[in-house]
Amino acid sequence: MNIHWDLVWSSLGPLLTGAITGTIPLALASFSLGLLLALLVALMRLSRNRVVSAVARIYISVIRGTPLLVQLFVIFYGLPSVGITISPWPSAIIAFSLNVGGYAAEVIRAAILSVPKGQWEAGHTIGMSRRQTLVRIILPQAARVSVPPLSNTFISLVKDTSLASLILVTELFRVAQQVAAFSQEFMLLYLEAAVIYWVICLVLAGGQSALEKRLDRYVAH
Amino acid sequence: MSPTETPTPDSATPDAALLTVTGLRKAFGDHVVLKSIDLEVRRGEVVTLIGPSGSGKTTVLRCLNGLEVPDAGVAEFAGQLTVDFSTPAAKKQVSALRDRSAMVFQHYNLFPHKTVLENVIEGPVQVQKRPKAEAIQDARELLARVGLADKENSYPFELSGGQQQRVGIVRALALRPQLLLFDEPTSALDPELVGEVLSVIKELADEGWTMVVVTHELAFAREVADEVIFMDGGVVVERGHPDTVLRDPREERTRQFVDRLLNPF
Repeated sequence: MNIHWDLVWSSLGPLLTGAITGTIPLALASFSLGLLLALLVALMRLSRNRVVSAVARIYISVIRGTPLLVQLFVIFYGLPSVGITISPWPSAIIAFSLNVGGYAAEVIRAAILSVPKGQWEAGHTIGMSRRQTLVRIILPQAARVSVPPLSNTFISLVKDTSLASLILVTELFRVAQQVAAFSQEFMLLYLEAAVIYWVICLVLAGGQSALEKRLDRYVAH
Repeated sequence: MSPTETPTPDSATPDAALLTVTGLRKAFGDHVVLKSIDLEVRRGEVVTLIGPSGSGKTTVLRCLNGLEVPDAGVAEFAGQLTVDFSTPAAKKQVSALRDRSAMVFQHYNLFPHKTVLENVIEGPVQVQKRPKAEAIQDARELLARVGLADKENSYPFELSGGQQQRVGIVRALALRPQLLLFDEPTSALDPELVGEVLSVIKELADEGWTMVVVTHELAFAREVADEVIFMDGGVVVERGHPDTVLRDPREERTRQFVDRLLNPF
């Protein structure tokens, strides 16, 4: 195979722009919103109120039991037929946030449950309310436990944002498709896109290690 | 930390009951853990609870601290608070009961993500809303008293078990409770570290702190306790002065238990 280095260099600009203005902000926004949602859903799932807990359970089940691509299409292509039209970017953010919310909720729930019961009791004995104990004692410890699995979720999300190309969001993969169609160099452009995704994920994995190290004291040894 | 600096009453009203518990009953499902326990703790007095595991002694402490809500019984802090556990209102009064005591746990249960100092001031600052500077000063004095002045910036995992438990004790003291509850405070420790923790508890007893101690350390009970209560199967089998209960018990079950602890082989 003949590598057209000039095409590699000339396409690098547009592809990186796609990553920086599309993939990365899409992933960051969706992950942040998704985490907030996940925390809420995890707490609902742990609630003693059966209705609240059931709502959370159903939500998680639907999100995990249906393909992300289908969720994306329902929101972007499906909702207009019931009178709700959402443009590509918000559609993508909504779909990815809902998705992260479902998966990360189970991670956060497990992390909260992994904190020893004695920590709740210690909070109680110094006079804290359940909410105070949760916020000041339990969640900081749960956060450390959930860094590795949540990093997985984040890394998956970065790659899944390529699906947004199918609802017309201009991000890394859509740019690659456009350049490939124009130049007919499919192998080269798709490999180039793959390398950029990989580099982004390498950086994230590095961030994960650093964060784990920094939060190390947050766990009982 | 001496009783003059704390609200711990001692000589002012000697022999007055601080806490009176009657008819304490607790079941987990079908399993009745406490059948009907009566308990009186006078100000400045040390009561130790001994008994085989499963006898319910730890559950008594947990009920006093509100970690369990008993099914029936009455707890009364003299002249301040009466909680009748058989009434629905009891659930709301449990926090008032808890606020008068502080618990030291078998497994310390320090907050691993906070330094020693942060562990100690968490309750005073976050719950009791005392000024932070005052709470820190208080904490430093208490830490110095138990020989941990140089450890205030350490994290729990950097400390030995004995040091962690001393922090656990200081965390309880910093709340300025009227009653200290110790749940087998040395059972998780390596044998060579037991002494340093027991001597701290003994000092507190000598200073006039009122405490209930669940323990297997009979020598400690004999030396420090004003009253020893032997429990088995959710009832009080025998109670009295340590010299009687531990040396010359009236009940056969008490005798067997004490013999087994003193002569394990």
